[in-house]
Amino acid sequence: MSNLWPRIEPLLAKVEKPARYIGMERGALAPVHRPGQAAFLLIYPDTYEIGLPNQGLQILYEILNERDDAVAERAYAPWVDLEAAMRRTGLPLFSVDTHRAATDFDVLAFNLSAELVYTNLLNCIDLAGVPVRCEDRRPEHPLVIAGGHCTFNPEPIADFVDAFVIGDGEEVVSEIAEVVSAWKRGGRASREMVLRDLATIVGVYVPSLYDVEYDGAALRSITPNVPEAPEAIEKRTVADLADWPYPKNQLVPLVEVVHDRLNVEIFRGCTRGCRFCQAGMITRPVRERPEEQVRTMVREGLRRTGYDEVALTSLSSADFSGIDRVVADLVNDQEGTGSVSLSLPSLRVDAFTVGIAAEIQKVRRTGLTFAPEGGSWRLRQVINKLITEEDLYAAVDGAYSSGWRRVKLYFLTGLPTESDEDTLGIAKLAREVIEIGRRHTKNPSCTVSLGGFVPKAHTPFQWFGQNGVEELHRKIGLVRGALKGQRAAQLKWHDPEATFAEGIVSRGDRRLGKVIERVWRAGGTFQEWSEYFHLSRWLEAMAAEGLDPDWYVTRQRTRDDLLPWEHIRAGLHSDFLWSDWQEALHEHGLPDCRWTPCYDCGVCTGYALEHVVASSVPPAGGSQGTGQDLSRGADIPVTLIRRPEHAEPALAGEIA
Amino acid sequence: MRGDTGFPVRVRYSKQGKVRWISHRDVARAFERALRIEQLPLAFTLGFSPRPKVSFGLALSTGYESEAEYLDLELSAPVDLEPLPARLTAALPIGIEVDAVVELEERAPALQEAVAAVTWRVEVTHDDGQPVSEATLRALVAGARSAPVLEVTQVRKGRSSVSDVAPAIRRLEVLDAPGETFSSAIVEMELVTQPRGAKPSEVVAAIAGMSPSPVTLAVGRAVRTHQWIERDGARCEPLDADTRPRVPQVRAS
Repeated sequence: MSNLWPRIEPLLAKVEKPARYIGMERGALAPVHRPGQAAFLLIYPDTYEIGLPNQGLQILYEILNERDDAVAERAYAPWVDLEAAMRRTGLPLFSVDTHRAATDFDVLAFNLSAELVYTNLLNCIDLAGVPVRCEDRRPEHPLVIAGGHCTFNPEPIADFVDAFVIGDGEEVVSEIAEVVSAWKRGGRASREMVLRDLATIVGVYVPSLYDVEYDGAALRSITPNVPEAPEAIEKRTVADLADWPYPKNQLVPLVEVVHDRLNVEIFRGCTRGCRFCQAGMITRPVRERPEEQVRTMVREGLRRTGYDEVALTSLSSADFSGIDRVVADLVNDQEGTGSVSLSLPSLRVDAFTVGIAAEIQKVRRTGLTFAPEGGSWRLRQVINKLITEEDLYAAVDGAYSSGWRRVKLYFLTGLPTESDEDTLGIAKLAREVIEIGRRHTKNPSCTVSLGGFVPKAHTPFQWFGQNGVEELHRKIGLVRGALKGQRAAQLKWHDPEATFAEGIVSRGDRRLGKVIERVWRAGGTFQEWSEYFHLSRWLEAMAAEGLDPDWYVTRQRTRDDLLPWEHIRAGLHSDFLWSDWQEALHEHGLPDCRWTPCYDCGVCTGYALEHVVASSVPPAGGSQGTGQDLSRGADIPVTLIRRPEHAEPALAGEIA
Repeated sequence: MRGDTGFPVRVRYSKQGKVRWISHRDVARAFERALRIEQLPLAFTLGFSPRPKVSFGLALSTGYESEAEYLDLELSAPVDLEPLPARLTAALPIGIEVDAVVELEERAPALQEAVAAVTWRVEVTHDDGQPVSEATLRALVAGARSAPVLEVTQVRKGRSSVSDVAPAIRRLEVLDAPGETFSSAIVEMELVTQPRGAKPSEVVAAIAGMSPSPVTLAVGRAVRTHQWIERDGARCEPLDADTRPRVPQVRAS
């Protein structure tokens, strides 16, 4: 067990942002490694600034270090300058907590939140001194495990990852720790045996225990090859967020990172049912944190961290029951050292939301962001983002009249059935938004951000043939042309070539492993960073492996296609997804099942779960994504199942 | 620091060890968080976006250490200063230690303008980190001390410029034996801050320029040991300038 710091420090004078590598965050633990403990190195395969705030990683860091049979440290991908110096001096990937070599750990556990980091995954495994392919690893090598949203289609990286975790990690990580520490106490003899043991844990997928057969280009079967491996791997879901008030000690980094603030997760899951949104589909059902626990976590968190900003995070924060009350109380309850600002990411588009935003940003009203995603009502019905133009205009009018000057609108382009009229609708909305702004301010500004749509596994759009590079460029061009001369409108767009590469891996199968490995060997790390991304590398690698990019990206799948993630279950019936896809093509929206009767997507019934929602009615103001006039709120009757009584009191105590 | 009703104080702290790799800006943010953690009654600026009235002294470059950093801040209510060093140190990152907090006179000049010179203790190594012998360094430093002009070339954002660091050097000498944190030969230098200061790395480059054969020297560890304010023709440390009388502290200088 070595402390590599004396070898790391001399390299730091010549690298950018050396503080990325020192650790020492407030809240960081000084883990002591004891014999027989399963030692986890939790790795986020992107820069420290992107990886540090990741809440999933921080939650597991705490849970594992609370256990007697486990210990956990953290590592992040070194930036290219330090990586070069590490390779030159033979320094392996190291933890930032105690600067220990990655090979001193029993598990390299990766968080995968975006597909383009896959080459960094390989790079980190390699920097750790571990063979990148599972088949080349020996008992002395650590196990490579991965979790995070990307693992809902694990196949493209099945060659490199020994075991995947599907779904929420809070409970399953302890079950894994038990298996790994037993393996370690037994002398870490056989990798195959420990992998077979891991495969018996619900939610764990060991790809080497499955055989994949193809029929030409098409996938024919995915079959377990040992009795321990289940035919289907069901995702893990924690039933009640109230039982998991984590992170209890959010890390406060010494350098600026993204989302540099206290983050309190107010609910997990979302049933808005936006058909393009993988996060919403795979994290069902909705589980709200009790209001009182939210307050406690905010209060204690601010006191402990010294942050002056807190974000209440979720997939649609204005949907939290009683959000207006929570916000008002937080804004008014500011003792002591100055004002705390509050941010609500992922806001809905309606007047209610603007009211909350106005409550939050009492002083500085600079910019407000809305995500209508589609340029026309027709298209928004297709994608089930049921924001009416009235909702949007009311929200924008509310924003400008309350003093905001800048409105930012997020759109996707390349959506199913999208016509040029729909695309041009984006420019039309932007122009109208500016017009509304002019009624209230001399210099309104509207930023339009265009992202190319990438269909994801376990969504109703998983069958859709993605738009190619040319087509996305053409659509961006349409919007650009239509906004020409509009000085108040700024257009930004995501690189269609990066969108294409993301499309290759998002719905890829195991054959993509060799492609990813080629891109990595050609030096293609940090693919989310435009200065290091070249689509040509991906296309050359596809060609070298005899694979057709269009077969993976732009081809429309049929119902008969065996999808590469068929054996991975997010709880959604494939019948439900298919019928929702058909509904989409017929421009039919689907209401939010939190406040309307169940349409049986399969998650609650399949896993015996329930929504944990404190309010039986949606908040007032706007159509709430139902397309109906809900300006009065409170008139969609639904029966709510009460939260178990034990939950609330237990929690406040635990945080303190 | 011009509060009419506030309670200005001056804080001295050190920055040593791993934490030397964070930037001056990072240190400022760490202090802001520490002040909030300790819930000190801070005075705020007026205006559109109120900021706590905290003003930092000379920036300390990333990678350099210091035994003598200062910042001034204004409290909105009187606070017992005695326990403040320990309270703030506990709320700050490991390696940043507050060792004194004293009352400051109202309308005291800002640190950035008041500090006229700083003393550095600098470990000089070869470019590859290998130690430099004391004898070699003594010869080079002797040359540098007698040179009327010490030109160094700097490259900043792709542009190179030549400047003379000789006017910034008030004192330059090689110390007798490496201290405990140093493994190579050490130079102590006192550098003025006005009209143009110099960085230890520039001075070390100038020293290397004295060598008849080309040699590249680098700064190993650099520790700022003192900052100096001049009052009535004498130099004193910032804790003794513009501050209210205090119980003398024993401190090696």
